[in-house]
Amino acid sequence: MRYVISLSLLLVVLWLAISGVYKPLLFVLGGASVILVVWLSVRMDVVGVEHNPVLFSWRLVVYWGWLMGQLIKSNLHVSRLVFQTGKVKPRLLSVPVPHEAAVSKVTYGNSVTLTPGTVTLKLTDHVLEAHALDEESARELEAGHMARKICWLERQGEKEN
Amino acid sequence: MLTATTMAVFLTMALALVRALRGPTLYDRIVAVNVFGTKTVLAVALITFVTGHADLIDVALVYALINFIAIVTVLKLVKTRDLASDESTEQS
Amino acid sequence: MALIIDVISWILLLTGGVFGVIGAIGMLRFPDFYTRLHASGITDTLCAVLIVVGLMLQSGLSLLTLKLLLILLFLLFTTPTATHALARAAVLDNIEPVLAGNGEQGSENPAQTGEPSSKS
Repeated sequence: MRYVISLSLLLVVLWLAISGVYKPLLFVLGGASVILVVWLSVRMDVVGVEHNPVLFSWRLVVYWGWLMGQLIKSNLHVSRLVFQTGKVKPRLLSVPVPHEAAVSKVTYGNSVTLTPGTVTLKLTDHVLEAHALDEESARELEAGHMARKICWLERQGEKEN
Repeated sequence: MLTATTMAVFLTMALALVRALRGPTLYDRIVAVNVFGTKTVLAVALITFVTGHADLIDVALVYALINFIAIVTVLKLVKTRDLASDESTEQS
Repeated sequence: MALIIDVISWILLLTGGVFGVIGAIGMLRFPDFYTRLHASGITDTLCAVLIVVGLMLQSGLSLLTLKLLLILLFLLFTTPTATHALARAAVLDNIEPVLAGNGEQGSENPAQTGEPSSKS
């Protein structure tokens, strides 16, 4: 029930933010669509599945900032490779996934895909298989900075609750 | 500046279309279409500012969502030849 | 002050456009499907971030900025998912990646994964 209320509140805020037109008719329509979406979510059994305290820690902001930095770095690296296609040496690699919560695992998989140079091919409970564009990208991933960052994110989230 | 950036985005879309036409595999084409879709979102957002019609941004917003659903749907169709199939049994 | 923000926003917009074109060139130049995924990653991440942030600076504080932020968030959450879905579908379809492992890098990189493609 807690999750149903938080989801409804989130949707109301989202609707108010996107709409920008505040008239009685639109409020009714907005309310109706929020109820419809919440009902569908309950029916699909997805309410609460992706609500995790990890997601709402202020440390997430720090993580996003760090990820932005990584993003710029790897983008510049791959951009260089675009003009030196001879240096492209793709290879497959697998790295361990040390995280407990499903959300952290998904965050890890998505972050790996988001940084160019590495793409997640397969994500299981303990192993992440990836395709790397060249040695440097592969080593960057194998060094495990990103995994440790997400571990830190996960740990802090638990401590606060 | 806005116009120059819009032109750059259009060029990106054109190059993505070249890749979509050349293939060679089906997945190459889907990647190209995916890039084309995200660039459409950016192009619409840029056009919002070029023309000054603030309402156009909603089009970009909706397109961002629809593009994602479209790609996943196309992939599902390609993979299973059946949009209504239950994939949960084969996902790992 | 307004001029400085304008200049920063122009720089962001132009670099974003340049990265978009670089990514597209990469999509044409890279040898196989999996490497092209990385090129599409450039246009989907940095290019999008730079252009949307540039536009946010143009619009100042308004509902428009919020919507641009939402677009950016949607893009950043959905593109990796779409890319991963694509890569996964290609793996399941037995599309073999071109690997450097056959050549001079062979001894250095033993096939560490159980992927069927590493046999190539």
